[in-house]
Amino acid sequence: MSPEKRGKPVVAWRSIPLAIFLTGAITSGTGAQSSDGSFMSPLRFIQRDGEVIYRTVCQGCHMSAAQGAVGAGEYPALANDPKLAAVGYSVLVVVNGSKDMPPFGTLLDDGQVAAVVNYVRSHFGNSYPDTVSPAEVRSARP
Amino acid sequence: MDETVTVRPDLSYAGWRETAATHRTAPMSRRHLLAMIGTAAGSSAMYQAMSTLGLAAGSTYQGPIRLEGDPKGASVLILGAGVAGLVAALELHKIGYKVQVLEYNDRAGGRCWSLRGGDRFTELGGFEQTCDFDKDLYFNPGPWRIPYHHCGILDYCKRLGVNLEPFIQVNYNAYLHARNAFGGKPQRLRHILSDFHGSVAELLAKAVNQDKLDQPVTAEDKELLLTALRQWGALDANYKYKSGVLSSDRRGYERDPGGGLSGEGVPSEPLLFAEILRSRVWYRLALGQIYDFQSTIFQPVGGMDMIARAFVREIGNLIHYNTKVIAIKQDDNHVMVTYVDARTGALPTTATADWCLCTIPLSVLDQIDLDLGKPMMDAINAVPYGAAAKIGLQFKRRFWEEDEQIYGGITYTDLPIWQLGYPNTSYGSSGKGVLLGAYVFDSPYAYEFTALPPEDRVKKAVEYGAQIHPQCKTEYENGIAVGWHRIPWVLGCFGRWTEETREQHYENLCAIDGRIALAGEHVSHIPAWQEGAVLSSLDAISRLHRRVVAS
Repeated sequence: MSPEKRGKPVVAWRSIPLAIFLTGAITSGTGAQSSDGSFMSPLRFIQRDGEVIYRTVCQGCHMSAAQGAVGAGEYPALANDPKLAAVGYSVLVVVNGSKDMPPFGTLLDDGQVAAVVNYVRSHFGNSYPDTVSPAEVRSARP
Repeated sequence: MDETVTVRPDLSYAGWRETAATHRTAPMSRRHLLAMIGTAAGSSAMYQAMSTLGLAAGSTYQGPIRLEGDPKGASVLILGAGVAGLVAALELHKIGYKVQVLEYNDRAGGRCWSLRGGDRFTELGGFEQTCDFDKDLYFNPGPWRIPYHHCGILDYCKRLGVNLEPFIQVNYNAYLHARNAFGGKPQRLRHILSDFHGSVAELLAKAVNQDKLDQPVTAEDKELLLTALRQWGALDANYKYKSGVLSSDRRGYERDPGGGLSGEGVPSEPLLFAEILRSRVWYRLALGQIYDFQSTIFQPVGGMDMIARAFVREIGNLIHYNTKVIAIKQDDNHVMVTYVDARTGALPTTATADWCLCTIPLSVLDQIDLDLGKPMMDAINAVPYGAAAKIGLQFKRRFWEEDEQIYGGITYTDLPIWQLGYPNTSYGSSGKGVLLGAYVFDSPYAYEFTALPPEDRVKKAVEYGAQIHPQCKTEYENGIAVGWHRIPWVLGCFGRWTEETREQHYENLCAIDGRIALAGEHVSHIPAWQEGAVLSSLDAISRLHRRVVAS
């Protein structure tokens, strides 16, 4: 996000205020607000548990039963999703994003990505027996 | 515009710094440049250059668009009746194009949107919300401010008779708040700002007086600098920032000067500098100095969607509402757009035109059946959509005005609501009032608010708001919450470009593919601003029109 780190000028207004004005909040914005880790940091998700991450993050688009939603465009269902069979694919989509889905690689650490991927692949009618480890997530990062 | 004119070392803007560093030529004065143009090209060129520099300084807006040449009855389909689509419809219709606009919603405006008492909307997941605000109260879930240098959107406001009023970005009597500082008590901006400046000025003056600067200054400059620090920081004759009339003239008094026998003012006591530093509230101090947030900023009287309504008065008859586009095809001569009824999914219909301007957000467009080349398809698929949430809260009375003398402006906090926006209108009215109770974007908080059911978002906003204004608890009446990823027709707040994606894909997104061009904030260098939608639309229709006239 930070325009300072890269070589070229960026005039997208959102990048600049965030880079400058969230810096101070990194250390000050972590007063206890919830027991499950939600609403605790403006910069990173703090939740550790896969189900909690799903409920407080993914559910915004993929919905509470992972059924997806349809409007002018749609959010894919993750329930009974054959695409999730390849664990590597699931990890890559969470880390890098896909089309309109934003990347979560900078907002979730390796353990959090593994936790939420493992949760979704074993719930909502999905029952893939294999799991992914934080170390495997790390090796999948660009 | 010539870069040497725009490079000013005082603009500490990331982009400008880079330009200054790579452009080694000594900055050329404006007078020098104009003299050169006058010599080289005669006075009419100079006049033109002057008006460009003066009237539209900073903006690429060139005044009302002039599309020259006859479209010879050409037809154009415009997809989306947001700001970009409305601008294109107005301008192309005016010069003789046969225009049809397809819009998913039952209203025009897109993200140029206001929610008022009685309005309803259903977000993805089926959550329906009814706005229970009083009749004349509203909030803008999308854009809410227009900087003075957004010359394009401002010109349409002027031409279409949209009344504007000031949007207050900086209110010195609003608060800066941090949970872990000052015992959780919100601090007036005037206190933090004055004390921060005063304390820094005092420290620097001390270093200057003791000749402790790394870079020595001349005796003359030293005097000037000391005078400037005294003036800037409200220091006394000994270069001290302390309680007294000087500092109270900045931060305000303990008891303001009044009339008569007991009218003597009582100066206030500055905060401890170390406490301000540790509070970290200074990280919001320069917000109002960002180019986009500098005064004067405007808002339409009565709600942002007054802009959309003004366009509809002109060209509303061209808009076909409740249409969901499912395919955009083209051949050598035509564009064919297939749509269904957005409410039922039934009645597939195909509209045909010579050309198409598509303003559908990329988050939706990337799911439509498209006849486009690979470069544009890759560009469409490369841009994710950012998260944002906004919450409007109605209270029984305007307690921020009545109890705390806060008239408009914004309080900033490190709570997950980030900001409280006070209404910049109807000051002092005795009835109810609507606060912007949360505005977060591009942050975990934005995703977390979106993932909650709407009523829980509102409940949380009231709880957090009460940590700044305890009156929130007793005066709250109702609220409405918009999590932009849940909005069925945009699936996010704005196109989120990165350096890499812009370099790789932006030009391909702007290119005309056969008979189809794209426009919207996502096809601009000012994403998330209405000005980006206006300028991209004008740019796209100019290029389309040149092609039409040449064909």
